[in-house]
Amino acid sequence: MEDLLPLGGRKIKNRLLIGTGKFASYPLMQKALEAAQPDIVTVALRRVDAGSKTDNILDFIPKSCLLMTNTSGARNADEAARIARLAKASGAGTWIKIEVVQDNKYLLPDNLETLKAVEILVKEGFTVLPYMSPDLSMAKRMAEAGAAAVMPLGAPIGSNRGVKTRELVNILIREIKIPVIVDAGLGSPSDACECMEMGCAAVLVNTAIAIAQDPANMARAFKDAVEAGRRAYLAGLPASGTEASASSPLTGFLRDDAFSR
Amino acid sequence: MSYYDTLLKYKDLDPAKAFLKVTPQDVERAITSEYPGTNGLLALLSPAAEKYLEPMAQKAHALTLQHFGRTIQLYTPMYLSNFCENQCAYCGFNAKNQLERRKLTLEEVEKEAAFIASTGIEHVLVLTGDSRAESPVSYILECLQVLKKHFASISAEIYALTREEYASLVQGGIDGLTIYQETYDEAVYQKVHRSGPKQDYRFRLDAPERAAAAGMRAVNVGALLGLDDWRKEVFLMALHAQYLQDRYGDVEIGVSLPRLRPHAGDFKDIRATTDRNIAQIITALRVFLPRIGITLSTRESAALRENLLPLGITRMSAGSTTRVGGHTIATEGSGEVPQFEISDERNVDQIKAMLAAKGYQPVLKDWMQL
Repeated sequence: MEDLLPLGGRKIKNRLLIGTGKFASYPLMQKALEAAQPDIVTVALRRVDAGSKTDNILDFIPKSCLLMTNTSGARNADEAARIARLAKASGAGTWIKIEVVQDNKYLLPDNLETLKAVEILVKEGFTVLPYMSPDLSMAKRMAEAGAAAVMPLGAPIGSNRGVKTRELVNILIREIKIPVIVDAGLGSPSDACECMEMGCAAVLVNTAIAIAQDPANMARAFKDAVEAGRRAYLAGLPASGTEASASSPLTGFLRDDAFSR
Repeated sequence: MSYYDTLLKYKDLDPAKAFLKVTPQDVERAITSEYPGTNGLLALLSPAAEKYLEPMAQKAHALTLQHFGRTIQLYTPMYLSNFCENQCAYCGFNAKNQLERRKLTLEEVEKEAAFIASTGIEHVLVLTGDSRAESPVSYILECLQVLKKHFASISAEIYALTREEYASLVQGGIDGLTIYQETYDEAVYQKVHRSGPKQDYRFRLDAPERAAAAGMRAVNVGALLGLDDWRKEVFLMALHAQYLQDRYGDVEIGVSLPRLRPHAGDFKDIRATTDRNIAQIITALRVFLPRIGITLSTRESAALRENLLPLGITRMSAGSTTRVGGHTIATEGSGEVPQFEISDERNVDQIKAMLAAKGYQPVLKDWMQL
């Protein structure tokens, strides 16, 4: 049976989502997207130059991809909502990755304003995926407010450090009923694979692909890693790190004849 | 609270001594440190760091790639007015200079804007001289009504305003402010600003903070390199940027590195800043503040701009003129005096082609009016 991810009323086949910033050129970005064939691609509305004949990023995104506009640049819920509405009005669709950042030093998300944006935009009929710091109560509230998924960060945007928030993301995976998609910080395909083995529904990668020497090949490598990680998760990974033990120092007495009689 | 309080701490900073104390080990520590801090900044700007330009450049390049990718944001300056009440020793618009003064009519603004927009530019920087009488905030607001039809983002480089005035500009559609302190040394500041409203050092120093507090999305500070010792100036400018970044996390803080260019003025006592120095400055700033925007203007030559590009630059001007109406109205020899001479005269298409050849995506649009 095909392993599809139900997301926002759709069935998603490729669990690698790709961001479109930071590429050296739009044709290079296009090649990377063609190599990884993502179902979902995120674009910052601030970068969409729809009036340009030569520099409109949307012209370089394969038509098979579902466009998810991100609200990069929003400083609060109100600005995020306005960007989402602009995206919809300009024909970029109703899938929104909410990014609300009040911290230009680390680009860490503002969970409280993000939650408010989720509440506003869900009511307006958008399919909403909030980028967030992995906090259980916030993730629960976002899910209750109708978010299609939560997107906790693995590490700060662009840091390429991997899943530094592993323990917290693990808790989200166990406790949150909607898909958990790790976004930001994944520096190598093995990081993406690790997320998928943990049970993440999907991952979103941008910087590591965009600034690689060969973005198309790196995109393909991430695709393969995500597939491998997902397959391993479905196959049921054996528990690791538990050593076989010959004796049972605490329960050995239960085998003692004197007690089992 | 004001950045002035920080400046007071460095009032007795003697660049001849402070920077000379730095050891090679200090420089190495600063380059490898994730958070170099103030001591690291001092080390990176020191003479000792001059032997480490290549490793500094490698680190700066990697940090820039990580945070900004292979992209450069482009903008074009547009001069609205050159009426000025100041006598700044280094500037062509100096009130004492005999030149034809001009302020664009709204029709002329429309003409200039339409031309700049036709080059593909979506980010415009409007500039005026310092004259509340000739180019008041109300005039700038009128111009904004015209400009908004043509551009996704409008920034301003104008005389220092009050917080309320900045708020009215934000309301009117301006999202970025550039304002240079010119020099952080109060004595030098008084010396080169001989008369006019700009003489008020504190009012100018606190202007970027007032703009940030008023809701400006981007605030750009700078020191005019050449007025005083560059190491000291850049050190204090970098701390200014850090001060703003720490307090106004939702504002994109940027720095510019204008080098004093020939101008129609009489300030000839220029303190040299070499190309090597500029490279050291850019890399030091990037290592000290990895997320800061760094602008390189057409004051610098085409060749130097291209070489400095990978060291940490995030924003460049293209298709520049420093004349009022310089895009469509004033032409060479028409009596219009430029604020300063530009060096890189390439148009937007040429800059775009250069960036593409260097493996950079020119970003023409990076914001929109909400």
